[in-house]
Order: sequence, then C-alpha cells, then structure tokens
Amino acid sequence: MRAPPSTVRASKLVTNAVAVKSETASIAATKSGHELLLFEALREGLEEEMERDPRVCVLGEDVGHYGGSYKVTKGLAEKFGDLRVLDTPIAENSFTGMAVGAAMTGLRPIVEGMNMGFLLLAYNQISNNCGMLHYTSGGQFTIPVVIRGPGGVGRQLGAEHSQRLESYFQSVPGLQMVACSTPYNAKGLMKAAIRSENPVILCEHVLLYNLKERIPDEEYVCCLERAELVRPGKDVTILTYSRMRHHVLQAAKSLINKGYDPEIIDIISLKPFDLHTIGNSIKKTHKVLIVEECMRTGGIGASLRASIMDNFWDYLDAPIMCLSSQDVPTPYAGTLEEATVVQPPQIVKAIKQLCG
Amino acid sequence: MVLGRSFEDMCAQMYYRGKMFGFVHLYNGQEAVSTGFVKCLKPEDYVCSTYRDHVHALSKGVPARAVMSELFGKATGICRGQGGSMHMFSKEHGLLGGFAFIGEGIPVATGAAFKTKYEREVLKNDKADAVTVAFFGDGTCNNGQFFECLNMAALWKLPIIFVVENNLWAIGMSHYRATSVPEIWKKGPAFGMPGIHVDGMDVLKVREVALEAVARARRGDGPTLVECETYRFRGHSLADPDELRKPAEKAHYAARDPIIALKKYLLESGLVDETDLRSIDKKIDEIVEDAVEFADASPLPPRSQLLENVFADPKGFGIGPDGKYRCEDPAFTAGTAQV
Repeated sequence: MRAPPSTVRASKLVTNAVAVKSETASIAATKSGHELLLFEALREGLEEEMERDPRVCVLGEDVGHYGGSYKVTKGLAEKFGDLRVLDTPIAENSFTGMAVGAAMTGLRPIVEGMNMGFLLLAYNQISNNCGMLHYTSGGQFTIPVVIRGPGGVGRQLGAEHSQRLESYFQSVPGLQMVACSTPYNAKGLMKAAIRSENPVILCEHVLLYNLKERIPDEEYVCCLERAELVRPGKDVTILTYSRMRHHVLQAAKSLINKGYDPEIIDIISLKPFDLHTIGNSIKKTHKVLIVEECMRTGGIGASLRASIMDNFWDYLDAPIMCLSSQDVPTPYAGTLEEATVVQPPQIVKAIKQLCG
Repeated sequence: MVLGRSFEDMCAQMYYRGKMFGFVHLYNGQEAVSTGFVKCLKPEDYVCSTYRDHVHALSKGVPARAVMSELFGKATGICRGQGGSMHMFSKEHGLLGGFAFIGEGIPVATGAAFKTKYEREVLKNDKADAVTVAFFGDGTCNNGQFFECLNMAALWKLPIIFVVENNLWAIGMSHYRATSVPEIWKKGPAFGMPGIHVDGMDVLKVREVALEAVARARRGDGPTLVECETYRFRGHSLADPDELRKPAEKAHYAARDPIIALKKYLLESGLVDETDLRSIDKKIDEIVEDAVEFADASPLPPRSQLLENVFADPKGFGIGPDGKYRCEDPAFTAGTAQV
C-alpha cells in the first residue's frame, strides 16, 4: 500500500475502526509534529483558544473538576478556574440557554453535552434560541456558541447512549454542523468552531476518542465548510463522515487489493455540504456511495442524496447508493448492535455492486 | 405607564384594522410591573421578556416608532420586521427578547447575569455590575426551566431578578388549577433566595421592592424572586375571546388600575395638577400617533433581506458547486437563491 501523496493530508489507515495502538504512518511530508489521541487533540484546540481569547469558556456536566467524562477538558479547570470551565447542574435545557444568553452579551461559550443524546433535552434552546435569535433580532445579537459532545454507536452502551443525532439538528436553520474524525481535524474544527461567529454543533464520536495521529506543532485551523479528500481515486466517490470514515478505509484496503480505485471524501461539514469538493469528485467518477452512521430515514445521507441529485444529476452513471444504519434503537446485544451499523464487508459489497 | 397603555390600545386598533398580524399579546393592566422595575435600571442592565413584551421594550427605551414598525412588519422595525410582536430585541437598549415559548427566555437571562459575574471575576472588570431582570408569568412557574434557573442563579449568586407577573391566568388555565402551591414567592427560599410578594397594581410598591432587589443584585448578593400580583385587562392575546374569567374578578382589578391609582395619588398629594396630567396624556398621544404614521410610511422588507441575518457569518451557507461561497452568489444577496 503506497503512502498517499503529500498533497493530501495523510489519512490513517487503521486496522480497525477504533484505533488504540499506533500502527499508523506519520505525515508523509514531515517528521516533526507530535503524536496524540483524538480527545487530547480536542483539548489542545480548546486550550489554545481559551488562552487566545479570555471570553472563551466551557460549560457542561463534569467538565471542571472531573475533567470531562471523556477527558476532553482534563486539567482545564485547574488552569483557567471554575468559572471558565463551569461544572453545571444536570439541567441541559437551561445551561444551553444560559450559554445563549452569555453569547448574546459577549462571551464565547462552549457547551459540552456529556453525550449528544442528552442534548435532546436542550432541543428547545438549540432550535429556538441558538438557531433563531440572530435572525429574529434582525441581526442585532450574535450567538457564537459551540455545542459539542460524543454521539454515535459505541460498545454496547444501550439505546439512549448510542444515538445518531446529526439528522435531528440538520434542519434547524441558523446552525452549522461539523463532524470530526481524526485528531488532526478534531483540533482544527474545534478551533474553527470556537472562532466562528455562528452557532456550530461539533459532532464527536464515542469510539474515536483514542485514535492516535501525529499532528503539526504549528498552529492550524480547519475550514468549517470544506470537505476533506482522504484518498483520491477514479472509480467511485465514497462520501462519509465520523467513525464511518474508518470503516470505509478498512473496506478500501480490501477493495484496492481487488483492483478498485475509490475516491474517499470525508464530508466534515454536515451542514452545509461542501458541494464543490463533492461535485468535483462526482464529475470524475460518476458513481457515488454514501456511508453514514445516521439512520436511513431523514438522515444526513438522505439530504446529501437530494443535494447531489439537484446539482450533479447529469454526471451520474448510476443511482446514488447510500449505506446508513438501521432505523432501530441501538440494541444492547453485541451481535445486534453490530448489525445496526454499517460494517466494512457491506461497503465492499456495495462498491462491487456499484462498479461491477 | 401611560405610554404603555396608549401604545397597547393603539395596537388593538391597528390589529383590527389589519395592519398588525399573528399573535399579539397586550400588556394592559400590568404596566406597574414593567415601569416599577425597568425604571430602576441603568442603560447597561438587561431585560428579558416573553411574548408580552411591547411595554417592556418601551420601558427599556426602545423608541415607540421602532416597536410599532416591527409590529407592522416593516423594515424599519427594531428587528427589521423579522421578529414581530413576540420577538422584540434591542442590543442598544439591552433587551434580550421577546420569546414565544414559555420559559425559554429565563435561561437566556441567567446567561446574561452569568456574563456579569464572568466579567468581574475572570476578566477582572470591577465596574461590571449589570443586572438582569427576567419577566415571565404564572404559567411559566410550573415549567422546568424556571426551577433550573432558580437553582443555578442562587448557586452562583448571579445578579438577576426573577419577576413573576402573576395575572392568575395562562390563556384559559387558572393559576389555581395548574399549581399545587400557588404562592410562587414561596419557591424562592426553597432555592436559597428571597421570595417577595408585592401588589403589582401599585407602581410605587413595585418600585420599592425593585430598588431593593436591584441593589442586592448589584452588590453581588445574588438573585431575588419577586411575585407581582397583577392582572391583564384584555384577553391573553387579541385572538382570545376571554370568556372564562368572571366579570367580578375583572371588575375587582379594573378598580385597581395602576394608572388611575397613580394619578389619584399624584393629585391628592399635590405633586401635580390636572393640567400636568393632561399635557402628559397629550404628549403620549402624539408619540403613539407618530409611531403609527412612521410605521405606515415605512417600507416593507425587500426580498433581498430574506437570507441576510440567518448567519452572523454568511459563510455558514457553505460552498457551492462552483467552489465559491454561496453568500458571494448575487442571487443570494437578492434573496432569490435556494439554500
């Protein structure tokens, strides 16, 4: 397997979807940089932004003294104080609303949902206030909040802790939504989201926090609206995000061995879609497979399909295929849970079907 | 108070003449609460309201023209016509909204109070002492967000005053049919803050309580819960037939009209005479007439305004197929782009 060209940010071809040990290649072009895990990358991005701007603050359950249930905010309360890394009572709707009020009056809060699912309790504030107040106030107030937390299907965490909520938020006007999938883009997207004047939802994944990668020492920020070309190819465009990126990469190893040349794009921006990167790929390959963890009904894939049809119909040689998770509450049993989410063999099969 | 009353009466007229639309919730009868509290505040202080927000806006200093224009849905409205009756906002005057859903403004107000504390303790600005006043009704006091915010405000000693405008009715639901313990002021001490009960039809009594609560918040001693016993003379909104409330109850409160009461007090104590009062009335009439004329003459928002304030940073609409940000597309600025 050749290393990817240096023009493309190196992707980590991990042996399983949740990399714990490092068997990964370093960035092709440079030997410098430092290795860290994804949750550390998020923390690094957060810490840098908090140092840069004293108005940036974090609030959520157990973010302070406990360091965050996934350790993203570990050490930050000791460094920045209890008010900048605020341990809230268990009142999602109210503390999300508090973040909105604080943002309107000049702060730049980051709301951590201990699990994205808990933010369902904050849906009132997220939809009505985060999304709407800039508009209903005629542009007077800005709401530069970041709402972040782990979502997605984990390891037998049960239905309520294993929700795929990207689709629930995607229709809300006024919100931007991104999903990180590697330490590199996790740090970059965290920084970009904090600096953005718009309310941004940053979707993290429970099983990706221990992914290891070498990232640059120099400061960098990712673009919130741009997709990431993970692997260039010419046979088929595979569009994916978050944990499914790693399932796609795993399937790709098998596909490449069989002679296929897939172009893999991590869409990063779930709302809005980067139609330029996506379109350029489709114009080249003429075939699309979407691999997502969202439910089939009304998911990100469903929206993406519609968008592609609207814009690139003439370039398609085949119907857009979409592999989504099943429309079931995530079961507890391991076998059933595995069957809920898209697995690499299904991706291989789909590509064979699509490409012949 | 007189401005509030005249303004609201004019709103009713304009609504029935088809100049104002949707759900309009008038404040007639409750003026003492708004005036009593908001007139104790400094310009830097914040007010957070509900859908019954016209008079809170006026009390806080938003020009009557801007409010009336907003109600007519014109581009010169305080929110460019995009908010409407239930969403009055003014950054200049510290009005944080205007919320249609019950209770959702209380956390926003709590956030503004949190910002004051943050400014003092993290940003080390000793002069930061902005106080936030959150207005809401009796129906809201059974909502989770109310209790969650009482807890957080008391926990962190936030400079906020929770003002309950208890007018006994949530549309057609009597407060006594909805609430296990109807004395809302009792819920303050349960969370660790003083709970005050005041006659909301008497502006001087409200003011006395307000001054104390504001001073308490400003010194950093934390929040206060104030329950104002008040009444709305009209229905819940202009669409409400208001058939459930008994005439006896309405008559009882009509006799306690805050404006009439204050007028009586002023005349009896010799602070003003009739001519002074008449000149105030005249001045107010002129302001309200002017507001209507201004709103009438103002233009409707053009199509190009449709997409303008969805995002503070319009890059949020993303990158189009041509590689350019959508907000650079001329159809976008004309408001005709599909996003």
